[in-house]
Amino acid sequence: MDKNQIIRPENLVHAKPELMNNNHMHYCPGCSHGVVHKLVAEVIKELGLQEKTIGIAPVGCAVFAYNYIDIDWQEAAHGRAPALATAVKRLLPDKMVFTYQGDGDLAAIGTAETIHAANRGEDIAIIFINNGIYGMTGGQMAPTTLKNMKTSTSPEGRNTQTMGNPLKILDLLALLDGVCLATRVSVHSAAAVKKTKRMIRLAFENSLAGKGTSIVEVVSTCNAGWKMTPAAANDWMVENMFPVYPIGDLKNI
Amino acid sequence: MAKFKGYVEVDTDRCKGCDLCVVACPTDVLELEPREVNDRGYHYVYMKNEDDCIGCANCGYVCPDGCLTIYKVKVG
Repeated sequence: MDKNQIIRPENLVHAKPELMNNNHMHYCPGCSHGVVHKLVAEVIKELGLQEKTIGIAPVGCAVFAYNYIDIDWQEAAHGRAPALATAVKRLLPDKMVFTYQGDGDLAAIGTAETIHAANRGEDIAIIFINNGIYGMTGGQMAPTTLKNMKTSTSPEGRNTQTMGNPLKILDLLALLDGVCLATRVSVHSAAAVKKTKRMIRLAFENSLAGKGTSIVEVVSTCNAGWKMTPAAANDWMVENMFPVYPIGDLKNI
Repeated sequence: MAKFKGYVEVDTDRCKGCDLCVVACPTDVLELEPREVNDRGYHYVYMKNEDDCIGCANCGYVCPDGCLTIYKVKVG
């Protein structure tokens, strides 16, 4: 069969999401952020929320998220995305408000804001990218860094005697009464991507329905920070990250 | 069982040559261009075996940069 017979609009099965613009993304090749951006753009389009969504961009690698998805955005100070989202959602309660944060933003400097926003049960969705490292600033150790994992500030590996243990912040958040959805997903395979899309959709629906705070943790790779190829980083994540951060729902009501 | 044929269109300017689509493909259709590079210096992906593509779109799902457009038709 000739390729011109296949390339027809009625045969289209997958394309770049309409809400994602043509700006060249600054992420490293193979970065999980790109996949999650695509899913966010697809879900917002499918729910018809382009004019009703306000995203809160974090500080970290995803600081330029507002350049790539054509919706309304606000840029928060480092770690303060849930506090800003609280304000936006309370002032404009008919909007769908979500934050997009990394582990350095959500689990380190923004721990207080995150936990208190979740405890108040603010009707926001939090998309939490956990790659166990500070990717943007050069691969420093984050609270979520695994035991014995080598980073630029723990070159001998993370010593849990002196540097603490990996922070499972989703487990903490799931305990709070204000949280309606706490789930851990990943984007390393086509099946995992489809599951993640369903969970992001559920989180956004919860925000609109006023059910409480929804947190979707995406266990991700930082192949540049981990100093691996993208494919090897995915394998490393399955082998080492998943035992510490197991995939699945912690809470879904 | 119904057979499907697919085709993957690559936005070569957007591709960063991360290799994730090549790994995700179940029928070994894709390959990174061994010599050619795009404007940014990345070895972009191309269809090595067009005939084997079944249009499953696994490559599209895992692509971080949204540079793959996948078409699929039923044959026989």
